[in-house]
Amino acid sequence: MAKLIRNRKVVEDSWRLLPPDATVEQAAEGDSIVPLSLWKSSREALIAAAGSGRLGVWLDGADEPGDIVADLDRFTIVAVRAAKFGDGRINSSGRLLRERYGYKGELRAFGELLRDQLLMLERCGFDAFVLRDSENLEDALAAFGEFSDQYQVSAQEPQPLFRRRLAAGR
Amino acid sequence: MYQYDPIDQNLVDERVHQFRGQTSRYLAGTLGEDEFRQLRLRNGLYVQRHAPMLRVAIPYGMLASRQLRQLALIARRWDRGYGHFTTRQNIQFNWIALKDAPDVLASLAEVQMHAIQTSGNCVRNITSDPFAGIAPDEVVDPLVWCEILRQWSTFHPEFNWLPRKFKIAVSGSPEDRAAILVHDIGIAAVRNGAGETGFRVAVGGGLGRTPLVGHVIREFLPWQHLLTYMDAILRVYNLHGRRDNLYKARIKILVKELGPEVFARDVEAEWAHLRDGPATLIQEEVDRVGARFTQPAYETLAATMPEIEALIASDKGFAAWCRRNVHPHRVAGYAAVTLSLKKTGVPPGDATADEMDRIAALADRFSFGEMRITHEQNIVLADVRRRDLKALWDEAKALGMATPNVGLLTNIICCPGGDFCALANARSIPVAEAIQRRFDDLDYLLDIGEIDLNISGCINACGHHHVGHIGVLGVDKQGEEFYQVQVGGAQGTAASIGKVLGPAFSQEEIPDVVQQLIDLYIEQRDSDAERFIDVVRRIGIEPFKERVYGKADKKSQGGRGQLETAAS
Repeated sequence: MAKLIRNRKVVEDSWRLLPPDATVEQAAEGDSIVPLSLWKSSREALIAAAGSGRLGVWLDGADEPGDIVADLDRFTIVAVRAAKFGDGRINSSGRLLRERYGYKGELRAFGELLRDQLLMLERCGFDAFVLRDSENLEDALAAFGEFSDQYQVSAQEPQPLFRRRLAAGR
Repeated sequence: MYQYDPIDQNLVDERVHQFRGQTSRYLAGTLGEDEFRQLRLRNGLYVQRHAPMLRVAIPYGMLASRQLRQLALIARRWDRGYGHFTTRQNIQFNWIALKDAPDVLASLAEVQMHAIQTSGNCVRNITSDPFAGIAPDEVVDPLVWCEILRQWSTFHPEFNWLPRKFKIAVSGSPEDRAAILVHDIGIAAVRNGAGETGFRVAVGGGLGRTPLVGHVIREFLPWQHLLTYMDAILRVYNLHGRRDNLYKARIKILVKELGPEVFARDVEAEWAHLRDGPATLIQEEVDRVGARFTQPAYETLAATMPEIEALIASDKGFAAWCRRNVHPHRVAGYAAVTLSLKKTGVPPGDATADEMDRIAALADRFSFGEMRITHEQNIVLADVRRRDLKALWDEAKALGMATPNVGLLTNIICCPGGDFCALANARSIPVAEAIQRRFDDLDYLLDIGEIDLNISGCINACGHHHVGHIGVLGVDKQGEEFYQVQVGGAQGTAASIGKVLGPAFSQEEIPDVVQQLIDLYIEQRDSDAERFIDVVRRIGIEPFKERVYGKADKKSQGGRGQLETAAS
């Protein structure tokens, strides 16, 4: 079983990520993360096929997170793909899903990602990460400790440094 | 000069540690070439013609003497004894070995400096007016806002992987000395009728392949909203800027394709969600950042010094220097002084380690130990007592930095060009030198008056050729260097993009072409007060075209015909 990082730990991944051309039948096998296009075209069938089972959906960088707002509480996992290394749309998608749309489930980043992006993506609201195969996940965990603070607000830190500083009397 | 607090320092130190790890992974073969490239760029490291080039941030151009001494030390220890000040108020070292880069970054961190986000597709060094805080015409001191923006942009979790690089400039005066309209975001600090501070925000300006002047999308943004509004602009750009084509990825293309009105509407819609959120600025923070700036302990002085005025009347050289390189100051008895890095024969913006040490000593002696790097690649000592001008002039002359050419033809803005830069199509430094040699008579230069001549070695426009009154662009034609000439560009509040005169010229022809343009200007001007750019605006570029090609047509028509095809 493949591994991923979830909540800063390396764990087994029991989910199947379905390809862009996946069918409802494939999704019916359970614990599937379906592409947004399939969700949009076959929403009712997917809900029926899942029954009381769990559902996940994945978005590409160009996909609009607002498209799944009404269904967010149906998903155990929302995943966002960085199709190319350096595609920073994923960072904005994560913040929108958490901060604007209030998504509370697992927010998974996958695709062309390196350990060097972990901390920023976590700040943007992601809590699960599938990195490139070349990355050693245990080693990669150190990246979460690379920076001890941040100036800005983010999904993980609702108060900017200047307000926290003021509150702490520094 | 802003002084880091422990958190500022810690973040810079942590960045050095992070980069050391990335470099080790790369050298050990566990981090790929392309991925490491993206990571090292965010630490200012390019791989250039000769070796990696390290670009060090000088936030909004402010530099302390101890920092300049550290740059001199770096130049000596890890480079070849010199550095190059850039048009974005940074300094570049051209000969840093990759394995040494983490140590260089560590030595920068020792003096509260870094190379964070000086390259790569992220928010770059914030630039500003070299006279920020001391200009008599200033409405709002932009420095505190620049520092607030520096902190906001540093390691922004959401905007570290933008479609393309992102440049922000801030001005606080009616006269724009920071070229804000040719930046991705240009911020003019202003006051409204009630005396409240706010910002006029322009987006979508820029040079490079598609030169465009920015559009104002908000006339007055109250200061409290600066960061949330920036977040809104950047988010619209991050999500919707083009990522399919490197040359269409800048925000200016998005603004152009959507139209400024639609873009502004999208930003307002995004901002509606962020406005009044926790990132809204508070007075306590503005005060805190302001208090971390050192304040010069100005003396109470007379506005004029009789002995200095007498010397101006009697010494022509001193008078010329005072006229061109000495600038007004808001505090009586003080002046700002430009040390020129535009001596003929020296690449514009270059300084040796010894020169850096001596400039640092001048800053200590004459200007509270601080200086500013200008986007015109000179150094400004911003707080000089007028009574010290003669002593400073003598020192500057001894250093070869008293060339009284600020605002004149030979104060050329010039990129490193093909001598150093891997991107360049042509060399730029020898062209600058040839022009400086042709126009070496000071009386003549003063007669020509204010003019900006800018040279870029390629279309990336690091030498700002589009906004030169005369702009020269190096182009490559089957391995040969040629130069396009344009006129009518301008920076400032009336920013405009120059128009290409016609087919390109060989390097040897350029001084003659510039001479022809100047001759026509002198013939056409209605008085000494009418500047070159004014004449271009009044009579258009056609007469300049005729002057240049009418005379030179027969000489090398064939070659130019080919070039035109190549350029189209």
